[in-house]
Amino acid sequence: MAEFTLPKNSRVGTGKSWPAPQGASNTKTFKIYRWNPDDGENPQVDTYVVDMDDCGPMVLDALIKIKNEVDQTLTFRRSCREGICGSCAMNIDGTNTLACTKYIDDAKGDVKIYPLPHMSVVKDLVPDLNNAYAQLASVEPWMKTESPPPPDRERLQSPEERKKLDGLYECILCFSCATSCPSYWWNSERYLGPAILLQAYRWIVDSRDEHTGERLDDLEDPFRLYRCHTIMNCSKTCPKGLNPAQAIAEIKKLLVERQV
Amino acid sequence: MSLRSPLGRVRGLGSAKSGTEHFWMQRVTAVALIPLTLWFVYSVIALAGEDHATATAWLQAPTTAVLMIVMIAATFHHMQLGLQVVIEDYVHGEGVKIASLMVMKGASLLLAVAAAFAVLKVAFGG
Repeated sequence: MAEFTLPKNSRVGTGKSWPAPQGASNTKTFKIYRWNPDDGENPQVDTYVVDMDDCGPMVLDALIKIKNEVDQTLTFRRSCREGICGSCAMNIDGTNTLACTKYIDDAKGDVKIYPLPHMSVVKDLVPDLNNAYAQLASVEPWMKTESPPPPDRERLQSPEERKKLDGLYECILCFSCATSCPSYWWNSERYLGPAILLQAYRWIVDSRDEHTGERLDDLEDPFRLYRCHTIMNCSKTCPKGLNPAQAIAEIKKLLVERQV
Repeated sequence: MSLRSPLGRVRGLGSAKSGTEHFWMQRVTAVALIPLTLWFVYSVIALAGEDHATATAWLQAPTTAVLMIVMIAATFHHMQLGLQVVIEDYVHGEGVKIASLMVMKGASLLLAVAAAFAVLKVAFGG
């Protein structure tokens, strides 16, 4: 059955508290999920009070400040700090988003930070994404053709055909959407989830790709595709403002279209 | 413990190449049930306070009996399609899942046949 309570070794306890530096008047409290695979302890939530007069505006600024100045053991992924690499996706204030594009001021009260939901945790805010990356590889996200490329130029695409990729190519694979989806929580070993289905659709609608039918064949499955029940958490949470639910609906429409 | 690669696990047994029929029939029955249910609710309200003879006469009319049986078929078909999704979502043990699906589908069929039989009995037997 689906699990509705956390297993015993995943129950979250209260952790350490790190007070604000002396003399700080403008402070914000960060409550951050901590778990270390090496110490055998349950996860805990540590409290960090940060001087906002000496900190950038984004949640990632605060995380980096905490790691640099307060607690070096705090572990998280980050790279570009401008919303294009997708590394710092985490659950902030109850919503999956990117720490680098989320304003600290947007959080009402304390800023609660957890790893992406329902994924195995590697350490602290770092989720295990191996399954998600394998799912991405399984939809073969590259152009597949039968006709040889023109010898003297690239494969052409009309402006209208190129326009169909808008709203799809921008996905940075942060997996905020997939990990906000209850269907993905319950069935991630078989359901591909919104991020991967949006990627699959990106190649299905690419006018240059010649394997549309095979791509649809591979998706036509009660679990890979049809676990989506259109609850729209994916589109609501996407930090890039994309609409994975619509991409999934388009795939379903194409599957009906080819047999009705 | 398995040393199978993540990609091997994800590709698994491959695509079932089905599910579209289920998805499509769920939509078709949903659309069919909009007018059928409105008609049924309207008819029952119109029959409120009437005696037994009027009600059986209503059900004996060929149009009524046919629409009732179509509505019963659409309702129970839609119901079992929806419940199948719920079971597939939440029941993960293969054995329990298959057993629940069989019980659920069997019960749906039984209920649908019983309901259709009741309509036919009134329609033909009075």
